[in-house]
Amino acid sequence: MALLLNAEQRMLQASAREFLAGRSPVAALRALRDRRDTRGYDPQLWQDIAGLGWPAAALPETHGGLGVGFQGLGAVFEQLGRTLAATPLLSTVVLGGGLLTQAGHETQRDLWLPKIASGEALFALALEEAPRHDPAGVTLRAWRDAGHWWLEGDKQFVLDGHVADRLIVVARSSGAAGEEAGLSLFLVDPAAARVQIARTAVVDSRNAAHARFSRVQLGDDALIGAPDAAFAALDVVLDQARACLAAELLGVITEAFERTVAYLKSRVQFGVAIGSFQALQHRVARLHVEIELLRSSVAAALEAADTGQATAQLASLAKARASDLGERALNEAVQMHGGIGVTDELEIGLYLKRARVLQQSFGDGTFHRDRYARLRGF
Amino acid sequence: MSGGDAFRADTRQWLQANCPPSMREPLRSDEDMVWGGSRIAFHTEDQRVWFERMRERGWLVPAWPRAYGGGGLGPREQRILGEEMQALGCRQPQYNLGIWMLGPVLLEFGTEQQKLEHLVPMARGEIRWCQGFSEPNAGSDLASLRTAAVRDGDDFVITGQKIWTSHGDKADWMYALVRTDPQAKKQEGISFVLLDMKSPGVSVRPIELISGKSEFCETYFDAVRVPARNVVGGTNQGWRVAKRLLEHERAAMSTFTEGGAPTLDALATAKAYLAGAGPVWRDRLAASLMDQHAFSLTVRRMKEMQAAREDLAPVSAIMKLVQTEQEAAKYELLQQLMGQRGLTLDGEGYTTDEQAVCRLWLYTKSYTIAGGSSEIQLNIIARRVLGLPG
Repeated sequence: MALLLNAEQRMLQASAREFLAGRSPVAALRALRDRRDTRGYDPQLWQDIAGLGWPAAALPETHGGLGVGFQGLGAVFEQLGRTLAATPLLSTVVLGGGLLTQAGHETQRDLWLPKIASGEALFALALEEAPRHDPAGVTLRAWRDAGHWWLEGDKQFVLDGHVADRLIVVARSSGAAGEEAGLSLFLVDPAAARVQIARTAVVDSRNAAHARFSRVQLGDDALIGAPDAAFAALDVVLDQARACLAAELLGVITEAFERTVAYLKSRVQFGVAIGSFQALQHRVARLHVEIELLRSSVAAALEAADTGQATAQLASLAKARASDLGERALNEAVQMHGGIGVTDELEIGLYLKRARVLQQSFGDGTFHRDRYARLRGF
Repeated sequence: MSGGDAFRADTRQWLQANCPPSMREPLRSDEDMVWGGSRIAFHTEDQRVWFERMRERGWLVPAWPRAYGGGGLGPREQRILGEEMQALGCRQPQYNLGIWMLGPVLLEFGTEQQKLEHLVPMARGEIRWCQGFSEPNAGSDLASLRTAAVRDGDDFVITGQKIWTSHGDKADWMYALVRTDPQAKKQEGISFVLLDMKSPGVSVRPIELISGKSEFCETYFDAVRVPARNVVGGTNQGWRVAKRLLEHERAAMSTFTEGGAPTLDALATAKAYLAGAGPVWRDRLAASLMDQHAFSLTVRRMKEMQAAREDLAPVSAIMKLVQTEQEAAKYELLQQLMGQRGLTLDGEGYTTDEQAVCRLWLYTKSYTIAGGSSEIQLNIIARRVLGLPG
């Protein structure tokens, strides 16, 4: 294994970059926002992406996957970050496909994984209940009665929840909030009786739904994996998602940084390019340093997602650094652009907003420093 | 089995058979480091054995050609030797500033006679070198240096003062930058000379730092005669030699934590103080460890890029800055985490860790200044990597 991409992964990265630059530039996100698109993504774009095989990138080859692993998929996420392309890749493939691969039984996998790989089915993970990411804090209740499973409770910040064909709901079937034991996963049709989904527009012009489950009745085939024992699989898949989100943040940050450096070279004040001022030079030089450190951390987290070695520690390292740098680098990008930086016309603001949503998704810097400390034994 | 694999297997076997177990322990103090030179001192018999065995193989300087006493290893073999030594935790058998910095520039700019005269004894660990670059009025603006070298027959006569001469009091020879043309533009009147520290007119005075005794010295030259054949790279051509040497210095200062200098394990040291310190300190310690983790991953990535012959400049330019700032920040953190117990250099009733942390907190302040301050590193990144106007 290596931190650098192999030839095949490099080709995927180059084709993703070229495809997204032509097919989904930042203007496409702006257009979705301005026409108040109810889906929040472009189904035709998603079909084209499926045709390129991205949803299949990290799936097992036996289920139609490409076998380029998370390092390959991460290279795609970085490019998605560069153009802010709105796609259901994370929720459907990494979270939905990942949980089915980790915990689903044969019938569930055979039914859904090919549909995920082909782009036909969209998934969403219903996990969060509180303002801050807290996977063990789940309280949405699941219980058995009269030969059925029942769900009762509310979820929020369900990414792409309003367009998903299936939700995977994390529920507490035993134990108390805060315990890792006692969680179960359920496959739920959002069109089923007593499921309510409400779309929320989030600041990055993407979507995160509220979901309410009012005594929802489910068959045994809705259960994914063993009851009460979902945390292990959830933890693995969340780490894979964190690595991918860190890669997307790396793309968001790098693109905004390159635009900022270009602006410093072209913007003239006091008769010189403002990039000749040392006060600004040192600030961007420090951002360059942080980007290089982040790039190594993201590569290691993706490598670990593929090898299964030290996955948790490296995912937390990458997600913490990416979240913190996303905040700092985008604040700096806005500030260094000056007045135009706070206008809606300039695209930098869209990068700022996306970085802030990615920061909160599946744990910010404080969450992951706490987790990293625990993993290192203190 | 390919050639590289055979070399790896042989190297591992040889290291296992020949590196004494005590030479595989992490560096704990300066006494764990063997400094080469005429006054070489071994603190243990294992240090002598390890030094002599490595010297016999030419592996005090594995990369240099055999003709100059080196091991004659190619880049791939050097990398393998480095990896195998790191895997076993082998210490460097010898420390010598000359090997890291002067050797590579002599190989590039030196005459055949200079190479034979100076590389061979260095490869045998017989000569210890010090660096005479900075002056009281030429720090970050190094090219403004004023130590004068005036031609007189076959010699130059040198008068002036150098500062921050590491180990100047223990070195046999110095490589120095001197002004040979005071009329020329500042970078164009500088020469790079090699001088014997035993020459009449050389005097050295150690400098005491905020952390106590140090290896830094001031060196004075009072009409010191140096043969003109000791100029490297041509008279008034010294600046390009110096610039290359500073690149080697930056690279050497990027690898402190890989066995280049004594260092404390932050987590092991911190654990005893964490319980009473509260959650903010736990967060700060995690952040510090994560910084170090990201840096070590970046070292790994840079090595992979080097092996793949990719452009290293955007990464290599950050290494000295990050390594030195992280080391300094680590001791800042530990010193404060220790609270009142981190406030003594030699007080009775304090542990050696507590005293060491207090000393290293003060000493590592020099890391971000020596070898091109952090501000100079940021200038280099801004101008050479990001292409911002100078």
